[in-house]
Amino acid sequence: MVRMRMNQAVATALGDEMREDPMVVVFGEDVAAAGGPFKTSDGLLEEFGPLRVRDTPISEMGFLGMAVGAAASGLRPVAEIMFIEFLGVALDQLVTEAAKLHFLSNGAFTCPVVVRASIGAGLGFGCQHSQTMENWMSHAPGLKAVMVSGPQSAYGLMRSAIRDPNPVVVLEPRALYGGRAPVTTGEEGVIPLGRAARVREGSDVTIVTAGAMLRVALAAAQASDEWSAEVIDLQTLIPWDREGVVSAVRRTGRLVIVEESPYTSGWGTEISAYIGSRLFGELRAPVVRITCPDTPVPFGRELELRYMPNREYVLDQIDQVMATGKAPEPWWVGRSA
Amino acid sequence: MVGGEERVMGTKMQRRRALVDDRVARYERMVEIRAFEDRVQGLFAEGLVHGTTHTAQGQEAVAVGIAAAARTTDTVTCTYRGHGMGLALGMTPEVILGEIMGREMGCIGGIAGSMHLVDRELGLLPTFAIIGAGIPVAAGAALTAQVKGADDVAIGVFGDGAANIGAFHEGLNLAAIWGLPVVFVCENNQYGEYSRINLTTPIDDLADRAVSYGIPGIVVDGQDPDKTVAAVSEALERARSGDGPSLLEMKTYRYAGHSRADKAEYRPEGEFDRWYQRDPINTFRARLEAEGLLTQGQATEIDQAVAARIEAAVETVTASPPAGVEAMFRNIYASL
Repeated sequence: MVRMRMNQAVATALGDEMREDPMVVVFGEDVAAAGGPFKTSDGLLEEFGPLRVRDTPISEMGFLGMAVGAAASGLRPVAEIMFIEFLGVALDQLVTEAAKLHFLSNGAFTCPVVVRASIGAGLGFGCQHSQTMENWMSHAPGLKAVMVSGPQSAYGLMRSAIRDPNPVVVLEPRALYGGRAPVTTGEEGVIPLGRAARVREGSDVTIVTAGAMLRVALAAAQASDEWSAEVIDLQTLIPWDREGVVSAVRRTGRLVIVEESPYTSGWGTEISAYIGSRLFGELRAPVVRITCPDTPVPFGRELELRYMPNREYVLDQIDQVMATGKAPEPWWVGRSA
Repeated sequence: MVGGEERVMGTKMQRRRALVDDRVARYERMVEIRAFEDRVQGLFAEGLVHGTTHTAQGQEAVAVGIAAAARTTDTVTCTYRGHGMGLALGMTPEVILGEIMGREMGCIGGIAGSMHLVDRELGLLPTFAIIGAGIPVAAGAALTAQVKGADDVAIGVFGDGAANIGAFHEGLNLAAIWGLPVVFVCENNQYGEYSRINLTTPIDDLADRAVSYGIPGIVVDGQDPDKTVAAVSEALERARSGDGPSLLEMKTYRYAGHSRADKAEYRPEGEFDRWYQRDPINTFRARLEAEGLLTQGQATEIDQAVAARIEAAVETVTASPPAGVEAMFRNIYASL
């Protein structure tokens, strides 16, 4: 185990895969000479050279299209989208081309492309550089999407994403890049796609979360003496681990979902609907979703902290559902908008 | 008859090889594309086909020129107006019509329809139904060749309408700065959907746009298969020898409307007739006859053989089973 920051874990995973498979190439804006705007590809140019590690112009539509063509013809490209919002101009290549290439070739071609993107609020980037946008991928069967929650998760999911024969979007919460933790590298550190991880055991309530909200959910779970929470890191958002989540919720009879995204049509909406209908008679309380409000991400430290679910808010919401057996209103209800 | 069974009835690889240095075979394939597209339009008009279709009558010399010049290890990206390209590359009328008619025997098992054709062995990626999307994808296939050190080339085929979308500019720029082995072929058929090119584009020659990316931009007579083969061969050679991408603008003409619903009533008076005087099939036949490579009798035999082939394909496909429900659940995710 080596202690490293999450951005170092990303670079380590990329380097380990590039060493094992000469078909892995990395490109994006400032990923080569500068080592990545968030230092997630530091050292790769020096080790693997300019044929495999390239800086692109600011052309997301162009270089994602290139990634699709490269993947279809034998490379394993990893393309970096600096901020998830920049994927907007290139979404066609991901959801309409990459996601359907295998289907549209009767299985003859595969599209093993990885699209990495930094996501999320908390660093004061304003509303056009702080979204998570994972639901852009949720109506494109053929795509996979993972959300990493720390150095180990970033390392292990990245390696699986590169090895997967399908297009995989790896969402990396920007606020976590600087956080350090011990990381198991090598095969033991690889985390399979499609499976959720039980991060904390507990008996009264199951908290399902992902990305930067994992530490918030864990902090809330650790802070309560009133109830005992099991915490599940969903890890893969698409396709999500239905069996894992169902069996977890069966154990406790209560489900709370913590998401860093607007309330409407979040990834938790799908889980809530599925669990609500499949486990209706077994639930001891309604499913509770703890999310951001349906507003653009505000700028300013206090407002941004208010926007995202935090430990106190999660604690309070769970206290309420435990006490009343009813889903509490989110904090913003009653305000205009 | 001329050429024999192999060219018309052969396997896809035989059909492809037939074009390499046989101009009569190229002529015959152009006749086949025209007859196929006419028949497809007829099938739609008779209500025998679901959905929409985009046919390429008038543009046969472009497809045949590309197919004759390229190797099967080269990658081709092409548009939803792709039946002619598929036939030129060697795909059989059966697998294309099968796809158009939603049959199991179609090249994608009948789940994709007229806009989507594919053949990995012939180098054809699934054709693109989104304007311009195949341009950077072709550059990506060229990137693979460059990284692997292979001498394969990618050919990105697109229409004039695609020259106004960002993917065109981003794809050409990327290919140019990285010196990728790719040939961009703009099939300028004068119309982007229902709009004539002069209404959507401020310059006469789209090839001029190559200047912005520091690559050769060449205007080619897209109605002359000798010229299209020569231009594509030269650009392929340039790419293969490491000299980077080129942009070829093939001036051609779309005889049909944009899609089945479009009767092309917006065409200026006399425009169709002017282009038809330079019909690629008629002019090439006259040239081959003048050179003594083809007699009138042989040309008639080709017409008959092709017509029989297309009718046989229609019969086979019509009698074959449609795609079943299980087909739509296949190949969504690839397994490790």
